[in-house]
Amino acid sequence: MKELFILAVVTVFTLLTYYLVEPFAHSQMHKHIESEGFAYKDLPALTKKGDAEHGKELVMGAGACVGCHGIKAEGMPAPMDAVTAAQSYGVNPPDLSTAGAIYEPKFLAALIKNPAHALMVEHKFDESKGQMHPMTSFYGAGGDLDQEIADMVAYLQSIAPKAEEVTPAMAFENACGRCHAIHYEYNLDGELHPSWTQIGEKPVFKKKQDELKFETKVLDYQEALKKYMGTLPPDLSMYIRSRGEHYIKTFVENPQNYLKGTAMPRVGVNAEAAEKIIEHLENVGDSKRHKREEVGKNVMIYIFIFAIFAILWKKEVWRDLH
Amino acid sequence: MAHFTKATSLHDWLNQRLAIDTLRRVLATEYWIPKNINFLWAMGMVLAITFAFLLVSGIFLLMYYQPNVDLAFDSVNYTIMQEVGYGWLWRHVHGVAASVVFLIIYIHMFTGIYYGSYKKGREMIWLSGMLLFVAFSAEAFSGYMLPWGQMSYWAGMVITNLFAGGSLHADGLVEWIRGDYVPAQAFLNRFFMLHVLLIPLAIIGLIVLHFGALRIPHVNNQDGEEIDFEAEAAKYKAGDKANSKVIAFVNDFMSKDMMVVGIYLIFFFYLVFYHYDFAMDPVNFDPANGLKTPAHIYPEWYFLWSYEILRPFSTDVGLIAFAFAQVIFFALPFLDRSPNAVPASRRGLFKFWFWAMLIDMIVLTAMGKVPPEGMFSAIGFYAALTFIGLWIALPFITKFEKKV
Ligand code: HEC
Ligand code: HEC
Ligand code: HEM
Repeated sequence: MKELFILAVVTVFTLLTYYLVEPFAHSQMHKHIESEGFAYKDLPALTKKGDAEHGKELVMGAGACVGCHGIKAEGMPAPMDAVTAAQSYGVNPPDLSTAGAIYEPKFLAALIKNPAHALMVEHKFDESKGQMHPMTSFYGAGGDLDQEIADMVAYLQSIAPKAEEVTPAMAFENACGRCHAIHYEYNLDGELHPSWTQIGEKPVFKKKQDELKFETKVLDYQEALKKYMGTLPPDLSMYIRSRGEHYIKTFVENPQNYLKGTAMPRVGVNAEAAEKIIEHLENVGDSKRHKREEVGKNVMIYIFIFAIFAILWKKEVWRDLH
Repeated sequence: MAHFTKATSLHDWLNQRLAIDTLRRVLATEYWIPKNINFLWAMGMVLAITFAFLLVSGIFLLMYYQPNVDLAFDSVNYTIMQEVGYGWLWRHVHGVAASVVFLIIYIHMFTGIYYGSYKKGREMIWLSGMLLFVAFSAEAFSGYMLPWGQMSYWAGMVITNLFAGGSLHADGLVEWIRGDYVPAQAFLNRFFMLHVLLIPLAIIGLIVLHFGALRIPHVNNQDGEEIDFEAEAAKYKAGDKANSKVIAFVNDFMSKDMMVVGIYLIFFFYLVFYHYDFAMDPVNFDPANGLKTPAHIYPEWYFLWSYEILRPFSTDVGLIAFAFAQVIFFALPFLDRSPNAVPASRRGLFKFWFWAMLIDMIVLTAMGKVPPEGMFSAIGFYAALTFIGLWIALPFITKFEKKV
């Protein structure tokens, strides 16, 4: 029984050291931020019920959305190619086909009304100082402003795919893909997906010239983006390991939580889309997690059996020694 | 030339040429171990097994790793972790084993200190053990450079800067070590060489020396009892195993080692599959960036105590304290002036010295990680002073120890 006592002493000191250098030290180094469940409590709730028909007219007309954004779901291509758009606005305005499914409705309403406020980048875009956000605010088309905005939101929701049709890759590409690249290819359900650049998936090129042309475009885009953001948004390939799920979620919910004054906007995704974005980052940066669990279980079973045999062998050998 | 006869079997053939029966007797079946030992004496075997894991997993990693500043990060995090079949497993085994090996080394060292197993003829075991500790430290540090992540780069920067020697300003030495002004390609290449060739060779040599050093003094036992190995072995061989104070290394001790190894492997593989994060710092999953200093730079947990002896002082004093901490454990057999090689619990003041040292090193470890601010730097400062004070006190308290 002395051995068990010694084991207990060793275990206590080991766990104490572990507690001090891991949970305790990290609690001292990083502030802990609880997720608010993507509720965006600072933004007013939508009070009006929207009319999608009227919303469509506004989006195509007075709202001027399609002057900058494409809506592929409605057969409307982007008015400019990504590089030209980035050179005009700093970043390519995303296609709006999925906006109704991945953004929180009240965030969309707040965005249309005042982009800098909803995106939490007022420290960079102060209208009173003439620093205009590249996405113009919507001041109304003559009717009730809140009603008109609710109509546009209803329209965006009406053309969006259903929540379950939004794949992890779609959620990432639409919400984050205009700023963040992911240069790791990944394999999902037996299919190899190419790397992601800010101007889209990197195609397979037969000719080196075409590849270089594409890469030049990416570099041109990145140059414009860097000027707009002040820094090139990082490649997120390994961020699921370097930051982890909790950090990424709470960071996306409100980037100012961690990096005061950062240029990364609050993107305004809803909780399901956030889950999907995390899943996409896992598919890319931790693609063997299912395999790990499966192999882990088998190895643990094997090791238990090994330990039992080892204990039996010891008992057998030591019977004569006592 | 010796006389060779026609072999009657493969065993006989080998035996005539390699004397395998004699070897087996000397190294295994008649290598006597005291019976009165607990599982802590299996830690050496646990270390040997863990080193084997490191070696094998390392060989697999080596097949895909690219020692190039532009490719290293992706060769580890993409090629090995995601493309190569089971590459992720080898990496997690390697990373977890590198961390756990230090936990076991510390348990092994403190076992030696507690039972006084570093004196009375066991000095060479201790010294070769300390050389192993230094070699493992160098191995771990050089390995940590290889993924070329943010912590690789910045820990490499901070640790190589130490060689400037504070106000000695030996910048030339730092540049010579790096092969450049900052950690870059030359730096990565040489640490790669050290990690996969030179230091592993040294470790293997030192393990042989360590094992050799054990053969003549034999291992100590739980009560520090002096055993007449010849007489006890005779008893054992005569069949009176129950009353003999010794057991054979193989199978008697080996079976107990394997039992401990079996239980240890449950713990080890639990960490590999379900709790590997502690061994692989998240910050190192950001690629190295010489223009972006991480908010907190800290070494892996097993270097924290000595890092904290460096940190609370001014640069020069800190370096001297750090150098002191690096070598002082070598001197243990000579600073301990007492002839008693018995458990610390029976050694008067040394008992308090032992527990104070253990707790002080845990405090230093904790303070080495948290930001050096306010109360933490005060605690770290006093813990570092306590460390130095304890070593200064050691010869005095052991000199006046009563002989048991
Ligand atoms: C003058 C050009 C312009 C107009 C007009 C415009 N946008 Fe935008 N929009 C942008 C730009 C540029 C961005 C990207 C801003 C950024 O990422 O910093 C953007 C971003 C968005 C986003 C993504 C926001 C996020 O959280 O990531 C949505 C959704 C959106 N716009 C919807 C609309 C709707 C709906 C309208 C019409 C009411 C509209 N936009 C009108 C330029 C425009
Ligand atoms: C309009 C451009 C833009 C969009 C859209 C955007 N980001 Fe960012 N992101 C940035 C910039 C710029 C930074 C760098 C921030 C800094 O260093 O201050 C950044 C940084 C980050 C970081 C690193 C934070 C850190 O601690 O270093 C993460 C994680 C991140 N973004 C995730 C996302 C995710 C997930 C999305 C999509 C939901 C997204 N971003 C959408 C511009 C963007
Ligand atoms: C990682 C490399 C090491 C390996 C593989 C190793 C292996 C072993 C083995 C197999 C034994 C005999 C069984 C036992 O008592 O556990 C042993 C004993 C010992 N080792 Fe190590 N060891 C290592 C590192 C160290 C270190 C770093 C020290 C301390 C400086 C050390 C000090 C000792 C001492 C003092 C003994 C004798 C114990 C006694 O007599 O009771 N070893 N080692």
